[in-house]
Amino acid sequence: MPLKRSSGSARAWLLVILAFGGIAGLTVLLLALLTNIFERRQEARQPFVRVVEVTEETMDPKPWGQNWPHEYDSYLKTALPTATKYGGRGPGASDAGPADQKLDRDPWLKRIFAGYAFALDYRDRRGHAFALFDQEQTRRVTERKQPGACLHCHASNLALYRYAGKGDVTKGFEAVSGMAYADARTMKDDSGRPLVQHPIACVDCHEPKTMAVRVTRPGFIAGIKALKARQGVADYDPNRDASRQEMRSFVCGQCHVEYYFKGPGKVVTYPWANGLRVEEIEAYYDAEGFSDWVHAETGNKVLKAQHPEFEVWSQGVHARAGVACADCHMPYQRVGALKVSDHWVRSPLLNVNRACQTCHAVPEAELHGRVLGIQDRHHALLQRAAKATTDMLDAIVAAKKAGVPETQLQTAAALHRKAQWRLDFVAAENSMGFHAPQELARILGEAIDYARQGQLEAAQAARKR
Amino acid sequence: MNSLGVAVVLTCLLGIPAGIGAFTFVYAKGYSYLSTDPRTCLNCHIMNPQYEAWLKSGHRHTAVCVDCHLPHGGLGKWVAKADQGFRHSVAFTLQNFKEPIEILPRDRRIVRNNCVRCHADFVHAVAGPAGRQELDCLHCHAGAGHGAGG
Repeated sequence: MPLKRSSGSARAWLLVILAFGGIAGLTVLLLALLTNIFERRQEARQPFVRVVEVTEETMDPKPWGQNWPHEYDSYLKTALPTATKYGGRGPGASDAGPADQKLDRDPWLKRIFAGYAFALDYRDRRGHAFALFDQEQTRRVTERKQPGACLHCHASNLALYRYAGKGDVTKGFEAVSGMAYADARTMKDDSGRPLVQHPIACVDCHEPKTMAVRVTRPGFIAGIKALKARQGVADYDPNRDASRQEMRSFVCGQCHVEYYFKGPGKVVTYPWANGLRVEEIEAYYDAEGFSDWVHAETGNKVLKAQHPEFEVWSQGVHARAGVACADCHMPYQRVGALKVSDHWVRSPLLNVNRACQTCHAVPEAELHGRVLGIQDRHHALLQRAAKATTDMLDAIVAAKKAGVPETQLQTAAALHRKAQWRLDFVAAENSMGFHAPQELARILGEAIDYARQGQLEAAQAARKR
Repeated sequence: MNSLGVAVVLTCLLGIPAGIGAFTFVYAKGYSYLSTDPRTCLNCHIMNPQYEAWLKSGHRHTAVCVDCHLPHGGLGKWVAKADQGFRHSVAFTLQNFKEPIEILPRDRRIVRNNCVRCHADFVHAVAGPAGRQELDCLHCHAGAGHGAGG
């Protein structure tokens, strides 16, 4: 049949072209869908590919990051400045410079730390990425003699301990603890490579072969063993005996703890042989006859508390419910079909959706409000306890000035030690009340009580002169 | 070119997307959505936590996913399947949904109705008529099935 040579022919061609285009478009869409489904399946099937071998010697997190890029990427973010109402870089901060001085914000800190390095320089926190750098730069280290013990927490130190201990990490840890900070920090191995190069890194918490979460800090291993012994469990080894959920807290408990440097060897020791509560740790120190320094204003032997997050969290309702540090501070993210722990360790207030809403199915604003409510109340109580403590210091100083002999100020001295220990224990803890609100309020209540008692004692002694 | 020839060519061309479509259907296990096997819901791995929680739950031996999440028979079942299936496919392809995943009010009503369907003898005095939803079982019993959470 001859073709119609008219506009009908052009229309027919137009239809053909449209049909062709439509079918082609449909094919493209179907292939896109197929590829998308394929990608989703692939995401679930291959969690990671080991392109590099990592071993116990791999201190540098970068090779680990080649195998586990999601975790590494979020880990690098700890260099970013973060701020919450009560912590961090400070509201409105735009650069990643050193945080503000806590001493400027709360001048009472200078008074309670009089005569100690913390009165010199005590900045707010930065992320894990700065743990080593900030330690080297603080005036507490640059202007005061510090031991190598400090590197126990602020550096990825397994290589250093292994070298110093000739293969034995514990012996190396003990040796390094007693060295001068600068010597330990710059120690080199046989080939001239510096042994300490990185802050907290992958190898500190992860077994290189299996990625299992594990603890490496000798101070923690000894401390938890002593704690468990007290609870009737002999020969406790966290890497062998702890459950996976317990390990998700223990890795953080390696460093976020109260500690002291024991003896002339300055061995990093966790004071947990009596238990984790503030009075149990105090009893341990009292039995050891240990004090951190002599207070410059009152001449009393006092204790310094350092960041006891692990101890305080243990007293709270979340610990009782089995919630680990990582559950809130490294919550799971969904990356494609994978469930990946967020290695950008930071305040859960900056990630309420993932950190809290997994269990607390209420709006973010409500959760945020609840947390801030706790923190605001805690902060007010903390300031009240600080005022009570400085009033006590004033009274003791005044009594000394009035010529009251030391023998008549012994009760006041003991109360100074008790009050200041409790105040510092709470002030040094970084949750501003959240980890165990009622326990922290109890401790502050005791601090206020002891401080006012101490103030009374000193005032009465001065009046008798 | 005559119109029959054009029709033949077009039909052949249509075979290409038809074939791709058929392959995609099989690759994506489209046939599985006609069964009630809980592992069907696991085609999307985002459901792993819910599946694993259900395996440990009290409802493990008495209810599979569709027993709670779809109306029990009738036209409503197919309408719900189409609605949920389409929504889930689009969401999982475009990855544009809010997390933690939250059930829609209309799907929550389906679940609540199924609570009453099985437990009617026990709760009929307090459950109220299905249409009015006076009591939302899930408000307190969020852990039944596959655990609480956002």
